[in-house]
This record gives sequence, C-alpha cells and structure tokens, in this order.
Amino acid sequence: MLSTRGINHTIRDERIILPSTTPPRKEASLSLRDTPLRAKARHRLKLKVQEFFIEKFLFLNGLASIIIIALIFVFLFRTGIKAFIEIKPLQFIGTHIVDFSGQEVFAYIWQPVGEQGKYSLIPLVLGSLLVAIPATIIATILGLGTGVYLAEIASRRVRELIKPAVELLAGIPTIIIGFLCLSSLGTIIQNLFHTTFRLNAFVGALGVSLVIIPVIATITEDTIRAIPDDLREAAYALGATKWETTWRVLIPAGISGITAAILLGMGRAIGETMIVLMATGNAAIVTLNIFSSVRTMTATIAGELGAVAQGSAQYYALFLVGATIFTFTFFLNLVSEIIVNRMRAKLKL
Amino acid sequence: MKKLISLLLVSATLLLCGSSRAAEHITVKGSDTMVILAQKWAETYMKAHKDVTVMVTGGGSGTGIAALINGTTTLANCSRPIKPKETKDAMANNITPVEYKVAMDALAVIVNAQNPVNELSMNQIGAIYTGKISNWKEVGGPDHRIMRYSRESNSGTYVFFKEHVMQDKDYAPDCQNMPGTSAVAEAVSKDSWGIGYGGVAYFAKMKELKILRVKKDNTSKGVSPLKQDGTVDFEAVWKTEYPVARYLYCYSIGKPSGKVQEYLNWILSKEGQTIVEEIGYVPLSK
Repeated sequence: MLSTRGINHTIRDERIILPSTTPPRKEASLSLRDTPLRAKARHRLKLKVQEFFIEKFLFLNGLASIIIIALIFVFLFRTGIKAFIEIKPLQFIGTHIVDFSGQEVFAYIWQPVGEQGKYSLIPLVLGSLLVAIPATIIATILGLGTGVYLAEIASRRVRELIKPAVELLAGIPTIIIGFLCLSSLGTIIQNLFHTTFRLNAFVGALGVSLVIIPVIATITEDTIRAIPDDLREAAYALGATKWETTWRVLIPAGISGITAAILLGMGRAIGETMIVLMATGNAAIVTLNIFSSVRTMTATIAGELGAVAQGSAQYYALFLVGATIFTFTFFLNLVSEIIVNRMRAKLKL
Repeated sequence: MKKLISLLLVSATLLLCGSSRAAEHITVKGSDTMVILAQKWAETYMKAHKDVTVMVTGGGSGTGIAALINGTTTLANCSRPIKPKETKDAMANNITPVEYKVAMDALAVIVNAQNPVNELSMNQIGAIYTGKISNWKEVGGPDHRIMRYSRESNSGTYVFFKEHVMQDKDYAPDCQNMPGTSAVAEAVSKDSWGIGYGGVAYFAKMKELKILRVKKDNTSKGVSPLKQDGTVDFEAVWKTEYPVARYLYCYSIGKPSGKVQEYLNWILSKEGQTIVEEIGYVPLSK
C-alpha cells in the first residue's frame, strides 16, 4: 500500500517539478545520460516537498489546539465580563440581607433565582477547593504509591496486570462514580464518621480522587522510569536498601515530575462536574468543614445553565463562574508544564 | 440555541403552510414542566386529526408568554398564571391573552419513613425551607437538625415551591439542591432527617419515604395527596384541600379560531384529561 502510494507520488511530482527545474525540452535527451544523479536529486527534491507539506500539516494541527484554547478564552471572558455590567462587583463577594431576627447582615450567598439575585462567588470557590484539595491529597497518596510500585517494584507480569487496570479507572464514566457516591458511598461515610450531611465534600472528594489517581500514577511512573540508572546504582553501591533508594534518591530526583502530576490532578479535580453534582449535595454554604455539604463552581454551572434566560444577569454570572474555573485550571496546568520542562532540562545534565 | 431551533421550526412550519393549504398548524411553546404532557397531547390529537399539525417546544413559561406577545406562537404553555406586567406588554402589542386552565399539578412533601412527623402546615414547610426552622423538635419531631433537599434552580418545581410555599423568600443556604426529583427521592430515602418535595407520582411507591399530610393553615386538618389505596387523591386537589398544588395554563391570542379552539376543547375533553392522568398530573375536575 505504502509503496504504491510512493510510486504515484513520484509520477505526480515529476509532472509538477520537471517543467520548473528543466524547462527546455531539448535537455530531455541530455538527462538520459546522467540518469542516476538526476534521479537522486529528483528523489531528494520530492522528499523535501513531501516533508514540507507534512510538516505544515502537522504544524496546523499543533496550532489548532492553541487556536481552540484562545477562542474558548475569548468566548468565556467576553461573555463573563458582561456580568460586571449587570451586577455590582461587590455582589460577587456578598450582599446585605435582613436575617430572621431583623438585623441587617453582610452574607455570602449564592442564590441567583429570586426577586433580588445573590451572586457571591465565595461559597462556590470554597466548595470547589474543599473537594479538590482533599481529593488531590487522597489521590496523591494512592497514585504516588501505585506509580512507584509500577516503576520500581512490580515484576513485569504484575505490572502488565495493574497498569491497564489503573488506566481503566480513568475510563469509568464519571456519572457512574457520581451515582455510586449518591446511593451508597454517602451512607458508608455517614455511618463511619457520623456526619450531619450524608452528601458532603468528603464523599465528593473520594469520588473525584478515583478519577485523578490514574493521572498521578501514570505520570509518577513515567518520571521515575526516566531517572537514569546511575543514580540507583550509586545508591545501592553505598549500601542503601530498595526502600531507601526509592524514598531518599528516586523520589527527590523526580520530585518536579511528581509535583507536576499532582498539580495536573488538582486541575482535573477542580474541573470535575458530574461526580460533585451528584455527591456533594450542592448547598452553597460558606464553610471549611470537609464533612459539610458544598456547592462547587462546576456543579453550579451544570445545575443552572440549562434553564437560564440568555442575556440575563444570572447567565452572565454563570459565565463568570466558568471563567474563574478556567483561570484556576489554566494556571495549575501552566505551573505544572513549567515544572515538567525544568525537570526535563535537569535530567539531561 | 433554543431560540434558533424554535425559529427554524417555526420557519419550517411556515414553509409547509405554503405547500399544503389544507393542514392547519398550531405551535405550542412554553413551560418545560408541561413539555411531556403537551407533546403527548399533540401526538394523540394528530393521530385522530390528520388535517392539523401541532408542534411543541419548551423553553420555560416566561419564554412561552414572550413568544405569544411577539406573535411567534399560537399557544403558550405556562405553569403559573400570567403576570400583570406580561398582560400589559401583550396589550401594548394589541394582543389579548385568553387563559385556559388545562391541568393540575400536585407536589408531595416527603420525609424519611423513620421520621415520626406525619404532617406539617404550609407555614411550617415554608419556614423550614427558608431556614427559619432548622430542628425537627420545633415541628413536633425529635431533637435533630433538618436536612433540606430541594431541586436545582433550573426546575419549574423549584420556582413553584419558592413562590407558592415560601412566599418568594430565598431558600436557606444549606438547602441541598439535587439534579432531579429521583435524586431527591434517593437522598431523602437514605437520610433519616431529610425533607424533600416533588411530583406525587415519583414517591408514591417508595417504602423508605413518607408523604406528609399538609395543613393549609395552622387550624385546618392535615390532608394527604394520596388516597388510602396509594393513588393520587384528585378530590383533595380539586377542592383545594391539599394546598401544595397548582393549575397548569395554556394561553392563546384573543379568542382562538376554528381549529385551535377545537384543539383546546379536545384537551379539556375526557380524552385529553385521561392523558393528563397517564402522564402523572392531576386532571381537571368534572
């Protein structure tokens, strides 16, 4: 298949290229004499042209993702910024309300539907962090362990069994994890910790950690594998045990890669929607209690965008929430990218 | 997007209008709560009346009324009565909206089956959801915090409950918003101290849940939306004995002409109202 295509190319290329390189027809007889040389040159030229087009095609592919990101960025922020026209900036922090005892208080409330919409982003940002940070911690412990085990300790056969299983974990539809959290994990956690809220940030964090364990595990494994054997051998030569080598040499050597993995996982945790929508109860409470119900930024958009009138204050406020999530994940990804690059440069030394 | 789709549909309808003169086209737009019901009505009606095409789209009650005022729909579905401001806007456009009550909808208030509380008044339910009452002992139950479950703000039920039961006050911040009525049922069935609400039909068969009797005011007797045999008690809803209920409306431009009037008459007929019952709403009395 490939060879026939090559031949076709040769024929087509000759047609295109020949007139420009050898314009006069008389030369045709001349070209017969030095065929091998000319053929070689022609072949090289053909390859060059081919390469030029392939290169440009791949360049466009690479460019596409940059353009898409830029477009999303522009779209989100252009719409989100209009929220500041509809709603006073102070409203995104809190609103003065009259409580049940008749006193006026400054409250951090997200409640866009009503006579006067309340658009405090504080409970939503706190909610997102209250799920994402514990999820990242849980996933770091499990993911780091898995990654180190796969890279250093596991025999080939065990690795071939565990690695696909870990990757499969990333492939479970998040709605299924969310449903499991809603129907059973909530009860288990409530019975274990006697929590007031059956659905809370911790249940959400457990669910989300399942999704980011594979992210952290795979990158950790790759990082540790990439560490040159010199370091391992040097450690063993100094009499270090396998544990000492792993803990005191390999992990410090790969720390930037591992940090990047954790940050990448955290970005994923902040962006996770379906699990938190089902598992956290979605109550917009300002709290630092991990066993309280919380409302994340992503769940807010998923829950409310469906029926909001286009061009209303709530519509723009939801876009602003979207822009906030985007900013969070963008910076987490950026920082992890920088760290990975630094690590690559360091390991080349 | 929704607007674009409905615009396309409307223009497609208009095009079809030109090609076949005999068929009459009715467009229905509005309440998302009523979309399934309105679609079922349309399907059944079109089967029997080949000369009429009925096209149903959602978008929300407000969207439906707006479309009626702009003249882009024949009928507007509305899960609440038209607002005075909307009537004024319509008058300014030389349109007189005519109201038809087409069905009723009753919401059940549920708690976990373990909860000893059996009835609550409208005021108490409102106070629970606004956060004024936060402990079951304040309404005759044990000393335990009330876990409030609600729907997401994109549902018509959320708005109805807020306007009808809570006098348009805000939900308490710790009110947990679930992404669907079945998720509310799931959550309350697992949470001994939870309270939730939703269409009666959703909860009637769940053993872990208890449908509360609701008192209209503090002096009246608590009324259950269910009959002894576990089916929805239409009588209680019709006599407005069961208070957490509402009418579902359909608005037309002025007094409708021939085919549209026939369609509305059919909806109000026994056949149309049987469909209301099948979908899980409460048919009109008579």
